[in-house]
Amino acid sequence: MKTFLIRRLLAAIPLVIAVTFITKALLVASPGNFLSELRLNPSISREHVAQMERMYHLDSNNVFERYWFWVWPALQGDLGYSFTKSAPVSSLIGERMPNTLLLTGSALVFSWAFAIPLGVLAAVYRNRWGDKLIGLISFFGLSIPSVFFSLLMVLFAAKTGLFPAGGIHDQVMWGVMSPWQRVVDTLWHLVLPMIVLGTIGLAQYVRQMRSEMIETLSQDYIRTARAKGLSSWRVLTRHALGNAINPLVTIFGFSLATLLAGALLTEFVFGWPGLGTLTFEALSSKDEPLVMASVVMLVLMLVIGNLIADVLLAIIDPRIRLE
Amino acid sequence: MSLPEAAAASEPAGNVMAGGSASAVRGRSPSQILWLKLRRNRTAMVGLYTLAAMYAAATLAGFIAPYKYDNARDDLPFYPPMLARVHIFDEAGNLSRPFVYHLVPVDRQLATYRDDISGKYPIRLFVRGESYRILWLVGSNIHLFGVNEPGHIFLFGSDNLGRDIFSRILYGAQVSLSIGIIGILISTIIGMIVGGVAGYFGGVTDFALMRTVEVLLALPSLYFILILRQLFGTGTSSTQIYFIIVIILAFIGWATEARVIRGMVMSLREQEYVIAARAMGFSNSRIIIRHILPNTLSFVIVTATLSVPFFILSEVALSFLGVGIQEPEASWGNMLIAAQSNRILNDFPWVLIPGAFIFLAVMAWNFLGDGLRDAADPRTLG
Repeated sequence: MKTFLIRRLLAAIPLVIAVTFITKALLVASPGNFLSELRLNPSISREHVAQMERMYHLDSNNVFERYWFWVWPALQGDLGYSFTKSAPVSSLIGERMPNTLLLTGSALVFSWAFAIPLGVLAAVYRNRWGDKLIGLISFFGLSIPSVFFSLLMVLFAAKTGLFPAGGIHDQVMWGVMSPWQRVVDTLWHLVLPMIVLGTIGLAQYVRQMRSEMIETLSQDYIRTARAKGLSSWRVLTRHALGNAINPLVTIFGFSLATLLAGALLTEFVFGWPGLGTLTFEALSSKDEPLVMASVVMLVLMLVIGNLIADVLLAIIDPRIRLE
Repeated sequence: MSLPEAAAASEPAGNVMAGGSASAVRGRSPSQILWLKLRRNRTAMVGLYTLAAMYAAATLAGFIAPYKYDNARDDLPFYPPMLARVHIFDEAGNLSRPFVYHLVPVDRQLATYRDDISGKYPIRLFVRGESYRILWLVGSNIHLFGVNEPGHIFLFGSDNLGRDIFSRILYGAQVSLSIGIIGILISTIIGMIVGGVAGYFGGVTDFALMRTVEVLLALPSLYFILILRQLFGTGTSSTQIYFIIVIILAFIGWATEARVIRGMVMSLREQEYVIAARAMGFSNSRIIIRHILPNTLSFVIVTATLSVPFFILSEVALSFLGVGIQEPEASWGNMLIAAQSNRILNDFPWVLIPGAFIFLAVMAWNFLGDGLRDAADPRTLG
């Protein structure tokens, strides 16, 4: 197990290098930099802009040089200082990262918690109305654009007042809340974005779960279990479910990229202060150190997520050994 | 409308299948079999009819829309949808031709209006209005319906600048729906070439191309699209931005296609007819293009259909984030920007209507793609 983990993490190094280098190259090749706006401002002297350009290493158009200026300090743990937000990049990321992890993590829990029972139900009642209804729900989840769904949820929140319409915590009361109230308040703000983001993955998981379950239920050992006189509940939970769930863990790894992309839009609409909105703002203002650090974080989240999927698979499927 | 039609169409075909599947299939080309099986699938046909209607409406946008996308009535912002205010009974309770009342602004700040019963505007068909062009070719100024000035008809209401949302949805459909088709054409061609080359030659070529594909598939596409979008700056015209978006999306979208085709080509290249073609001395490119790729066509169509939503949704996301199609041009994505403000969303929820059309289009493509996948599955019919 340990050698497997080390090998996989080592294999991630070229990926991180490739992705960060491509990002840097695209940033260098794109027109203008974050000083472009300052240059238009007549009250700032040209010498000052030129001096800043040298200070931020923006004066060279050589991709390798620019990459080196980023990667050398980054390797020593210094991700740089944000151009626009006047704060170290690491503290900005550290502030936003937990929010994104909370949102995506709870969205994953939401989709799994609904996808597994729904998929099993659809498989057990195959081609009956329950199956068709679940099929329709998963088509709905597959097709609804996350932007539209998020806006509908905000409208729902605004009309009913049941949920807050955006943000991560109450702006006014946050200061005077006890730690326990803060937890409740954050979870309260989490519900709607979690539903939106969870629904995207839900449809895919339900369909996969249904087809795997149908496949599993036709196996000989299920017939044997039934013939032994076990209750159908026990056959389902103890014999079929464990085997049908394996491929779901595999697609969990693949679906992480979609989840992170969906998180950007959901965060944007709900004003959720996560990594997605931070990256988008950084890209719009050409805040290069911030963009680079966010890209590293995204890639690391993907790599670690895939690693977790592999380890999970090894735990639930005894045929797989991670050596 | 399309439902009973689809059911009627599927009825006789279903009987043929039940009677003897072999006779129904014999002597038909693979694409005919695909079509025959697709016609039996009711949801797929509903999707197909919906798409046909939407694409036809987008093509004829100039004719169907009563106004142009940039026709702004500054005095009538956030006019409520008039679809429910089209009257067919007059004050005396007698049936009359459909008409709308003149709506008078009550408070400009709150955008409230009241009915002015003295001003009655019948909805007329084939009225003259602003001139437009259909597919850059046919010019005209006759619109499907409209009301006389100074009356106004805002079927889905108006937006913050007093522009007709119904008209803007039709013009926006031209952008949002065509991006799916054009993007998928480009990315399918790239995917077929890359997949064909990788699968046919194997070895180092295959290894290099497939690692590229894996990286493309592993990255969160939206972030990658946004970074690529930076390359092109912002001060460009709408037509340029349209093509920039298509190119970026196609550049990212080909990976799925290439992976599917590579797998198929790898098994096809061992077939006897390919070995025969090689023995006859045909060039590699001829064998790939003329002999192998045509056999992957049904799967190409299925994957392509299922990827169209990715293109539509990505355009929506980009335009919604403000880096896609710019005002005053309409796209379903940038029309939703107005809904970002909680006040607007709460008071004038009809600004969300474009979202329903995105949902409908994506759903229809998914229905069709799913039906095609079932139809292309050789296990379902002899």
